[in-house]
Amino acid sequence: MSLIANILIDGVAYGMVLFMIAVGLSVTMGLMRVINLAHGGFALIGGALVHGLLTRAGLPYLLAVPLAVLGTMALAWPMERVLYRRIYRFGELQQVLATIGIAFLMIAGVNYLLGSSLLSIPVPEAMQGAVDLGFRKVSMHRIVVIVAGLAMVACLYLLLDRTRFGMRLRAAVDNRDTAAMLGINTGAIYAATFCLGAGLAALGGILGAELLPIEAYYPLRYMVLFLMVVAVGGLGSITGSFLAALGLGLVDTASRYLVPDFGTIFFFACVIAILAARPAGLMGRA
Amino acid sequence: MQDAPIPATAPRPRSGGLRVPLLAEALLLALAVAAYFLFPYNLGFLTRILIMMIFVLSLDLVLGFAGITTLGQAAMYGAGAYAAGLFAIHVWADPVAGLVVGAAAGAAVALVSGLVLMRAHGLTLLMLSIAVAQVLQEVANKARDITGGADGLRGIRMEPVLGIWDFDFVGQTGFWYALAVLALVFVALRLVTGSPFGLSLRGIHESPARMAAIGTPVYWRLVAAYALGGGIAGVAGALAAQITMLVSLEVFSFALSAEALIMLILGGTGRLYGAVIGTAIFMAVHHTAAAADPFNWLFVIGGLVLAVIFFVPTGLLGLPTALVRLFRGSRNGRP
Amino acid sequence: MADAALALDRVSAGYGATHVLEDISLTVPRGERLTIIGRNGAGKTTLLATIMGLTRLHGGRIAASGRDITGMATHRRSALGLGLVPQTRDIFASLSVEENLLAVGRGKAGLEEAYAMFPRLKERRRNGGAQLSGGEQQMLAIARTLMTEPDVLLLDEPLEGLAPVICEQLMRVFEDIARDGRRTVILVEQHVTAALAFATRAVLLANGRVVHDGPAQGLHAQPGLLDRHVGVSLGHRDGG
Ligand SMILES: Nc1ncnc2c1ncn2[C@@H]1O[C@H](COP(=O)(O)OP(=O)(O)O)[C@@H](O)[C@H]1O
Ligand SMILES: [Mg+2]
Repeated sequence: MSLIANILIDGVAYGMVLFMIAVGLSVTMGLMRVINLAHGGFALIGGALVHGLLTRAGLPYLLAVPLAVLGTMALAWPMERVLYRRIYRFGELQQVLATIGIAFLMIAGVNYLLGSSLLSIPVPEAMQGAVDLGFRKVSMHRIVVIVAGLAMVACLYLLLDRTRFGMRLRAAVDNRDTAAMLGINTGAIYAATFCLGAGLAALGGILGAELLPIEAYYPLRYMVLFLMVVAVGGLGSITGSFLAALGLGLVDTASRYLVPDFGTIFFFACVIAILAARPAGLMGRA
Repeated sequence: MQDAPIPATAPRPRSGGLRVPLLAEALLLALAVAAYFLFPYNLGFLTRILIMMIFVLSLDLVLGFAGITTLGQAAMYGAGAYAAGLFAIHVWADPVAGLVVGAAAGAAVALVSGLVLMRAHGLTLLMLSIAVAQVLQEVANKARDITGGADGLRGIRMEPVLGIWDFDFVGQTGFWYALAVLALVFVALRLVTGSPFGLSLRGIHESPARMAAIGTPVYWRLVAAYALGGGIAGVAGALAAQITMLVSLEVFSFALSAEALIMLILGGTGRLYGAVIGTAIFMAVHHTAAAADPFNWLFVIGGLVLAVIFFVPTGLLGLPTALVRLFRGSRNGRP
Repeated sequence: MADAALALDRVSAGYGATHVLEDISLTVPRGERLTIIGRNGAGKTTLLATIMGLTRLHGGRIAASGRDITGMATHRRSALGLGLVPQTRDIFASLSVEENLLAVGRGKAGLEEAYAMFPRLKERRRNGGAQLSGGEQQMLAIARTLMTEPDVLLLDEPLEGLAPVICEQLMRVFEDIARDGRRTVILVEQHVTAALAFATRAVLLANGRVVHDGPAQGLHAQPGLLDRHVGVSLGHRDGG
């Protein structure tokens, strides 16, 4: 019983972190039809910024996190305008290579400024304790991660389903030329979406640092993991990303508890099985 | 704009006849021989370059000719390396027999995984190809008793090549052995890519739908190309195992697949020479930049890749054409 | 003609390296009703797409209301008052009918006007864009472009594939739109009779070139011209 509870809580928390990081990747990949291997770099930048703000500038956590997220978005914006805008037009192979190149530069940049060791993100005391849920104690940090993840799902749903920006974004995904012809500034929509995705990745990177530690090689170390969430969920689908992140988070956690020796093999076998059966992912358009 | 008509691409007879390609090949061979005499104390490094060239050539067949975008070519390289290593330790330490075993292992892995992979496209194909390599790496990691796990497979002692040339400490035999295999692979790939099979791969690359319409079994052609490429990658892995006398888990690493891709794109895809030249440039830059600082190296390679993709998309072999185009200029943003 | 609604000067355009339009010069005064007629593949759709900046321009200049728009981004052309109803309608499938209207142009203001023009759309407002019949899709495409309040309305074969009753209804709508002379309407149509009845001026397009440009009424007197360049005689192939 407690084993199942452990798997559920850890798995859901892990899934939320994966979701926050991967959802921006999924939306940009679905919208701009770009394969972006550097997306994890924004989680790294967010983590590195918050590390600097906490340990060097000494800001309080609740101020440092939003600042780091905004800072990441501010960095993402010129990158989109200068680099990614051109990359959208490339073929698949060129996109893979160009974005690997960007990931390399991000790694080298963070290392140049902060070194290659683990970047700690000290959380406030309120987040360190455990909460007694009656049948067992759960770490406060896990609860914060899960709540933040669920809040993010709700916000994204409202943003896409209920706002004018959401309508325009969906219109641009459906048919870019027609949207432009009707006066929608698709370039601006792309940039906004890209920055939003980068901000979400930064938040996910910061909140998930306990599970996926922040260090310079972060973008390459977890690149495959994030991309697999996107591929399994289906490009451009928020629901798909959510299901895939939750599912893969649970599968990974469960296999580490139950078959610790074969966790990785089991995880990848699941991914291969799902993608072989549904090449467009769970919720992807064929 | 997806259904832009594709220009008819009847296989053009290669202009210039046979003399020019042979000349270029002779030149490359001469360069390799010159390198042997110029850097007698770096034979180990030169040999690694030669082996890498074979690996990148295998990727050129799969990606440059058949258009299969993969990030998991290391799966076949690693399979070849472990197969050749285990074969040498447990069965027979003859190098050439080991190469055959390595090729068979690489081809087998590619054939089996290709049956699934060749049905996928885009991101899914990339992910599946990565997943196959990662699964194999984890299997090799867990099967400690057979593979040595994270310590690597040790104790490979090769017999003389063809029963004549013993592997020496300096690496002279290793160099000539790798160069000979590279030359053979290069010539074999020239023949394959010029054959009707190779031309049909190019056709599939340009338009799978059109090739299917004229009756080409597209899926099986792709599986065959992937298996053939896998066999060559297996040869490269087997060579590495025999010459370095060690197989580590890194043979399956994502980094190896990604680096091979970068080398190929640096030189230019679909030309075979591109694979050779791109590998040489990448390894040479790596050798100098990484010696100073591994992160420094990431700056260099990241910048280099972006520069090539943005300014010389056809690879460094296309530099002259790109420069010419730069001076002519073109109107309007729309493709 | 600095203040013409639309002026094309020696325009050549196509897709990628291919040329579809060759050397097209065309000046459309404000408030004119122009029809463009030509065979399938003559380049009519390409011409309208070029005006919106959706093709590759190989040469020439385009101006709208006296402003040079050559090379201008497509969405800015819409803001300048050019509106195209595409031949393929291109309803946004992941948006409902109402969202299709609200996503573009100036938002809620024009919504009631659009529903007054096409009451059918109001009934279907909650439906997904993909669930509409052909006629409803065309109504939505027209209403959607009108939401952007265009001064110049470009209609690409709006009657194609629709039942005669609906064609008549749409032609009445176009008459309303063009009536007070505030809007310039360029109608591309294969239903030649309906198009000539609507327009005051007719341009014949063949193989990407303008082969005739004159008063619409005049074409009735020259049936051979239509026959030669469009492959239709008046009264035939005419569902509207
Ligand atoms: N997206 C496209 N890419 C390439 N060629 C196209 C494209 N669309 C149309 N064409 C070509 O341009 C020519 C003109 O087509 P179009 O403008 O659609 O003619 P029309 O609307 O008069 O029937 C045709 O030969 C057609 O094949
Ligand atoms: Mg048309």
